[in-house]
Amino acid sequence: MVTGRSEFLAGVRAELPILLGVIPFGMIYGVLALSAGLPSGAALGMSSIVFAGSAQFVGTQLIGAGTPGIVVVLTTFVVNLRHMLYSASVAPHVRHLRPVWKWLLAYLLTDEAYAVTIIHYNRESDPAHKHWYFLGAGLALWGTWQASTAVGIFLGARVPASWALDFTLALTFIAIVIPALRDRASAAAALSAGVVALLAAGLPYKLGLMLAALTGIVVGVALETLYPSTARVPMAARGESRNR
Amino acid sequence: MTLWLSILGMGMVTYAIRLSFILLLERVEIPWRVRQALRFVPPAVLSAIIFPELLWPHGALDISLSNVRLLAGLLAALVAWRTRNVLLTIAVGMGALWILQAIL
Repeated sequence: MVTGRSEFLAGVRAELPILLGVIPFGMIYGVLALSAGLPSGAALGMSSIVFAGSAQFVGTQLIGAGTPGIVVVLTTFVVNLRHMLYSASVAPHVRHLRPVWKWLLAYLLTDEAYAVTIIHYNRESDPAHKHWYFLGAGLALWGTWQASTAVGIFLGARVPASWALDFTLALTFIAIVIPALRDRASAAAALSAGVVALLAAGLPYKLGLMLAALTGIVVGVALETLYPSTARVPMAARGESRNR
Repeated sequence: MTLWLSILGMGMVTYAIRLSFILLLERVEIPWRVRQALRFVPPAVLSAIIFPELLWPHGALDISLSNVRLLAGLLAALVAWRTRNVLLTIAVGMGALWILQAIL
């Protein structure tokens, strides 16, 4: 019989393999945050207040470089904009819940929790209890992220700068972005954003990052609009997601 | 104080994004144009971070064979393309960086 408890535990179990990859990232974040000059309290606080891996990596770098707060916040907005897609995607599934559930699940809506939850939601799942699955996956990730961050902060002071651990940021993003370049429009978005980022690298406060990201998005949309055949995802995915 | 304000601001925009359509969907549907634009956010943002990390390592453009970050990054990109394995990509990239740093 499906109960809230069994759904919760199923969510935790589904999240476990992903946690293996999350642990090293949390630790690296902790190490990097300290080397960027953040006090341990702030590095730890960011993990629970922001709770978004890539934005935390970028944010600590910006803060460490003395970037004004408004630019840090705007950059975070751009980096995390993809979560708006997740929000739209889970919205029909949480529509019937009480507000307190919606507010809680939105806080737990990370890449990793979304990935396992949406798969479960799109299969046959018990509508009366399936939000417990989301909660289980989300909380498993949350606890692991906080703990691995804390371990990284504890180890941080002992890691010498010559290890160049900051390079793991670029490597992580390479690992994420390369397999995602499935069509010409996204490849063009990536390439144009990269070139603009280099051209604008001299601008203060990494403003080039935002300029580059916006350029990439515009180029991607323009190319897909001009040459719809270049994208493999469009019509089918569009109809499917509308039916969900 | 400024530090904590920045962190709070980061948390607030992140939470607002995650909450957006969960609250909004009761009233509006996500327009196709927005959905299309959002698809390009990850490749655009991530590339905008990667390119300068590899090609602008010490405050200037460096397209030479002595740029160890560029070489290690290209190798990692190849691994990512062939295997789609995140941890392996990072391991190979870091290993290559350390070896190249020791040699060059």
